[in-house]
Amino acid sequence: MTAKDALTERYQDLLSVYLKAKNETTLYKGQQFSRKLLEQQISPEDLVSLHIQVMDELFPDMSDEMRDSFDFLLEAMIGYGFAYREHQSLRDKQQQLESEIEVAASMQQTLLLSDVPQFDELDIGVVSVPAKKMNGDYFNFVKSGNSLSVAVADIIGKGIPAALCMSMIKYAMDSLPEEQMKPHLLLENLNRVVEQNVNSNMFITMFHGVYEPETHKFFYAGAGHEPGFIYNAQADQFEDLIAKGLVLGVSRSTTYHPYEKEILLGDMVILLSDGVTECRTSKGFIEREEIVTLIRKYMDLPAQQIVENVFKELDRLQEFELRDDFTLIILKRIV
Amino acid sequence: MNLQISQRQIDATHELALSGEVDAYTAPKLKEVMLPLTEKEGNTVIVDLSGIDYMDSTGLGIFVGALKSSKANNSLLKLRGMTDRVKRIFEITGLTEVMDIESGVKGEAL
Repeated sequence: MTAKDALTERYQDLLSVYLKAKNETTLYKGQQFSRKLLEQQISPEDLVSLHIQVMDELFPDMSDEMRDSFDFLLEAMIGYGFAYREHQSLRDKQQQLESEIEVAASMQQTLLLSDVPQFDELDIGVVSVPAKKMNGDYFNFVKSGNSLSVAVADIIGKGIPAALCMSMIKYAMDSLPEEQMKPHLLLENLNRVVEQNVNSNMFITMFHGVYEPETHKFFYAGAGHEPGFIYNAQADQFEDLIAKGLVLGVSRSTTYHPYEKEILLGDMVILLSDGVTECRTSKGFIEREEIVTLIRKYMDLPAQQIVENVFKELDRLQEFELRDDFTLIILKRIV
Repeated sequence: MNLQISQRQIDATHELALSGEVDAYTAPKLKEVMLPLTEKEGNTVIVDLSGIDYMDSTGLGIFVGALKSSKANNSLLKLRGMTDRVKRIFEITGLTEVMDIESGVKGEAL
């Protein structure tokens, strides 16, 4: 017996039981049967045709009008049949796209992988979580000579376009010669690359810093990036880490200002993406002071645990629905 | 959330008064209205943002695109009436340095 014959037989059974007993149980079975029909990819007009066939067998004396009306119904169902098949093919396509995005997301994860280098002088913590599958935030650590180079960037928008743009940034950074690792020069170089290669509505915000462990100086520059914080241990105070500059990709001739700061024992450099300050909760936006309060709450822990705890609390405040990509980095001077 | 755009024109001066939010969902609507105005040489496009209480980076991107277009096409783009929240993101991104932003009071005559 073919699957279709089995379905016909089952439909005939259900229908004749219902016509005799007219009870709820059989009606309910009819509902369940409709799932089976979907599983077998029976289209709406096939079902009507099945109904006609069964009715013919159950009521050989059916009136001509009745039979003709079924034929008419069959024609009227054709449009639903098309819609059904279209739905099927869209679902297939969607599954295909989803699996392609999965592949792209895992490629991005591989690209993004930035091993956190080890320094005796610094305790480093980082958390970077995408709101959707693809991350539009980018961070990068490089040990260049004895120094630590750290970058955090936020690509406008989310999802696939942002991720593609991020790959470009990564390769542009990787291909810059080491002597250009001065933050303000690096931004000038990247700005030219971005300006030439992105759509006019796109831009990238970026912060770049270099930490020199011998002198404990932190050199940095910013391209329109959300300011981070410096924790001054001696004064027990958080200050904004201001690095003014135009976002990357707006004007080719933009230059960036070099900044530097001496980092003392116990001080922290805190870098973030605007996903951190643009967190929206039911009560409004998270203010920068609240981020500071959270960091302060955990600041005696190792850097990795601070960033993880802050993320957990912010995630909870947003009812675990991250709206924007989230990146938080902490460098703490420990020696 | 929604974005309302009301438009007035006197000769080559176009004023757009925005209210609501400019985010990833409403940005395409703003682009559709604003960009063609900046593409015409000699136009002055004034955008009043006093009714905008939230703008995200996608919204900001539309203004960056409009700025580039006005430079390429010899038109003028002026922004005015920013709320503090909106002003902050123009300041952080450095766009206040390259854009014509009037700190003037809202509702001025054209």
